[in-house]
Amino acid sequence: MRRRLPPSLLAGGVLVALVVLVAVVATIWTPRNPTQVDVVRRLSGIGQNGFLLGSDQLGRDELSLLMAGARTTLLVGVVTVVIAVAVGVPLGGLAALFGGALEEAVMRVSDVLLAFPALVLAILFAAVFRPGTVTAMAAIGIAFVPSFARVVRGAGLQVMEQDYVTVARGWGSGPLRLMVRHLLPNVGSVIIVQATVAFAIAILAEASLSYLGLGTTPGTPSWGLMLAEAQTYLAQAPLLGVWPGLCIGLSVLGFSLLGDGIRDLLDPRLVERMAQT
Amino acid sequence: MSSSPLFEVRGVTKRYRLPRTSVFARRREIVAVSRVDLDLNDSDSLGLVGDSGAGKSTLLRLLLGLEPPDEGSIRYQGEWRRREVQIVFQDPTRALDPRMTVAEIVLEPLRVLRLREPMSTRLSELLDAVGLPRAAADRYPHEFSGGQRQRIAIARALAPRPRVLLADEPVSALDVSVRAQILNLLHDLRDLYGLALVLVSHDLSVVRHLCDRIAVMHRGEVVEQQQTQSLFTAPTHPYTVRLLEAIPRLRWRPSPRPSE
Repeated sequence: MRRRLPPSLLAGGVLVALVVLVAVVATIWTPRNPTQVDVVRRLSGIGQNGFLLGSDQLGRDELSLLMAGARTTLLVGVVTVVIAVAVGVPLGGLAALFGGALEEAVMRVSDVLLAFPALVLAILFAAVFRPGTVTAMAAIGIAFVPSFARVVRGAGLQVMEQDYVTVARGWGSGPLRLMVRHLLPNVGSVIIVQATVAFAIAILAEASLSYLGLGTTPGTPSWGLMLAEAQTYLAQAPLLGVWPGLCIGLSVLGFSLLGDGIRDLLDPRLVERMAQT
Repeated sequence: MSSSPLFEVRGVTKRYRLPRTSVFARRREIVAVSRVDLDLNDSDSLGLVGDSGAGKSTLLRLLLGLEPPDEGSIRYQGEWRRREVQIVFQDPTRALDPRMTVAEIVLEPLRVLRLREPMSTRLSELLDAVGLPRAAADRYPHEFSGGQRQRIAIARALAPRPRVLLADEPVSALDVSVRAQILNLLHDLRDLYGLALVLVSHDLSVVRHLCDRIAVMHRGEVVEQQQTQSLFTAPTHPYTVRLLEAIPRLRWRPSPRPSE
């Protein structure tokens, strides 16, 4: 039963694969050392002085910086999503399993957190702790917890209504067994979709924070930081702002499309149609 | 019937509270099952009929022990209700976890109940018993037809070697062409394992073939309880008469009590 893959899945997959590939390559090899300063050859244009995409205001190789920046971006995405999944999924699962006061508590706390914009939380974190990649990741991760808790609870409630859960309860399956055996496997697809979308938002959030000087600190390659630095030289070297912007845009687009594609692929109606064949 | 019955249901009432319609409204209650008395002996087969909302399914949930009755008592005289009372639901799509293979589904009760059985032998026995090929073991529920899925659900119910099988509208969700097969299967398994059977249906013709005794439920109460044969020939409650008249027939026969 081969079906056509959603186009957004293909487009998103290609973009994401590209970002991942670049980030992996950057760990082993970049055209030049991305942190090596060469003030004499600063602000070179494309192809000048052996800089493929030119050099920045300190004479660092733009291409190497972009490649190294992909690593930072992916790291931020992975760590924030892991934090959000590790905290949000069990909370949402427990809320669906037990209901009652526990569910109320989880949902009301997540309402409060949801009402708090992720960026504001990150700024708060940067003010309280030291601004940096780690602080930004922690803040963005925590800001994502409620969205995971909500979708897992929602999908989990549907699972709990199924007759196979009733049967399992009849044998005396405890909450832990219901969660591991039935609830989590059946909400897995929802978690994957949510994680991809969260990944996209996390990339954007990290770039924004670094641009504002609240995220990654100078010295570590970061697209948001490059964008901020390029602003000063926009008149002399407008392309310096374009490259990181393009990278941010394309990776956010890639992860968003991938999320949409996976959602289409796992659409409940499609799943049902498959089940009926 | 000198020994005490396997299930002894006495004066059982179950209410459910409806959610408030507004903040100031009182919570309304509905009585799902009201003052029900029932006995079930080993190897008995009892049919529960009545239209939707009559409390049949609620009564099954109470027999399974998922929740306690609000009033009255349900005594189970066997040894271990969780193992000995198993259930088969109406819609096998909702009753089988889509993320588990047939082998995992069928053997799950043995794992949860910590029964020591040679798993692979038992699996083959169960698949044979319900007429599924052994190759089904590693496949997922959505790869099967409705009738086959119901066979999987029946195999799971049989796995812990139950004494009582509860069946909640076991063929209502199935194509008419496979209904008879599943009903025959239930019939054969009941005889083979000496199961007591409680079969819930809104369809009297389904119950007629499988059950020695029929209890008619209406608005939560058991309004009539008789041997199958006498229920069909001499129904006493007006609601039963209405149910009997509702059975479609191909050829005209005099109905038990002509309505007009």
